[in-house]
Amino acid sequence: MQALTKRAQAVDRKPMTLMERLYLPAIVKGMAITFGHIFKKKPTVRYPEEKRPFSPVFRGLHVLNRDEEGRERCTACGLCAVACPAEAITMEAAERLPGEENLYREEKYAARYEINMLRCIFCGLCEEACPKDAIYLSETFAPANYARKGFIYGKDDLLIPDPKTEPEAYAKAKGERN
Amino acid sequence: MSEQLFKVTIDNITIEVPPGTTILNAARKIGGDVAPPAMCYYSKLEGSGGKCRTCLVEVSKGSEKDPRPMPKLVASCRTTVMDGMEVKNITSERVVDARAGVVEFLLLNHPLDCPICDQAGECHLQDLSYEHGKEATRYEFQRRTFQKHDLGPYIQLHMTRCILCYRCVFTADQLTKKREHGVLDRGDHSEIATLIEKSLDNDFIGNIIDVCPVGALTDKTFRFKNRVWFLKPMDAHRDCPTCSGKVTLWNRGDEVYRVTARKDEWGEVEEWICNTCRFEKKKTSDWVIEGPRLINRHSVISQGHYAGSVGTVIPTETFKAVNDGRQPRLLMDIHDISEVNQTGTSLSAIERPAHSTDFNSKKA
Repeated sequence: MQALTKRAQAVDRKPMTLMERLYLPAIVKGMAITFGHIFKKKPTVRYPEEKRPFSPVFRGLHVLNRDEEGRERCTACGLCAVACPAEAITMEAAERLPGEENLYREEKYAARYEINMLRCIFCGLCEEACPKDAIYLSETFAPANYARKGFIYGKDDLLIPDPKTEPEAYAKAKGERN
Repeated sequence: MSEQLFKVTIDNITIEVPPGTTILNAARKIGGDVAPPAMCYYSKLEGSGGKCRTCLVEVSKGSEKDPRPMPKLVASCRTTVMDGMEVKNITSERVVDARAGVVEFLLLNHPLDCPICDQAGECHLQDLSYEHGKEATRYEFQRRTFQKHDLGPYIQLHMTRCILCYRCVFTADQLTKKREHGVLDRGDHSEIATLIEKSLDNDFIGNIIDVCPVGALTDKTFRFKNRVWFLKPMDAHRDCPTCSGKVTLWNRGDEVYRVTARKDEWGEVEEWICNTCRFEKKKTSDWVIEGPRLINRHSVISQGHYAGSVGTVIPTETFKAVNDGRQPRLLMDIHDISEVNQTGTSLSAIERPAHSTDFNSKKA
């Protein structure tokens, strides 16, 4: 029967040749490959000291962005929550009071914003849905935790540091891509 | 006089309507995509229509007796049908093109702040602009701005979003004894306002929120509380001494976030409701719930309402039956940890928009 793919191959049951029966040449060949690796470049990365660069499309832990003046960009429009296929995002909105203009960019803001990292599948649809450039998937992982309750990320976990008061922390959280 | 019916063909569909019917109403009788959109016309309000020009149609044959086509596109809400008239709505490229232009004109001064606006999701202008692919703007200049007016504790006015359809003016004229708001000034400066700060407090004035096609007039008691597509619309009624009491409740869980009148497929209210029903009865116990409101499947409001059931019948729990009466072990109850949508506290109970003072974090 004609094979459908080239992957299926009949087992070769021919008797071994003299070269194969001699045994030692095959051992030497195999050892040459093994010891050859000693002189090759090591692919191992010594992790905590040395880190691999992230791929340009890597989607990690979410950050809630601020604008140049340090005001929160999120207006709690709910588009990330509606786009989220895992239904991980919930929020509650509030109206900005007079005197809070330096905290929130728009009249309405997210008073509470939560991402359930147990549900999140890091698909990045929230980032794509956001009309205000408020949510980004950064270049960090969600850290491990012993308890499930540690995976409910509130605003205090997600908000990016203020670029005016902590510019270094802000730049670090923002990453190199954005 | 014997009632003679006029034959009118709209988009190649023929229908017989009584004389005096407008093209728009004839098209609505056919229904579906044939009906032109309307931003200012409101069938329940006498004298409305003729302002927004979104209902433009092409009349390719005037009537049986005078078959000449009308030279320009006509506003279908104000043009009555003639016998043998042939109308092109979506089959005419001219109409589609002109309507896209009209939408762009309407959006000239309309701020694109849908993420903030409470009307988003049920806004006719939003639907219209997306239908015509005009969701982005080409306008580069400063949009008009207005002094803020306070219309009292119930109604929030956002004059920048207004498209001057006059529906709220007609509503106040025809539903209440004395109209207290109107359109002041003219041209680019015209604005909806009360002359010298006054709050609107007529018993039926809340209906101007429902008739507003955009987010210019919104419910202050619902302001920023939730997005409409996260709420479940439920038909409900109560014994109201002033109005019919037939409303749509917008629920989240058992919380009533908002009460509106029931809206038909053209986005028009079926029956006017009073302010007491609309703003003050925000408890499930105030209402007799009839069942989920049927929402167009393509509307964003129907997202998250899974497969036919909008939460009326709670499915029977089978876990206990197949596991010798054992309850499932909950590894984490989300309500113990999550601060959002707490079961005990209800945002809907606050009569004004929520502020930072209402959110005292339990973690902090």
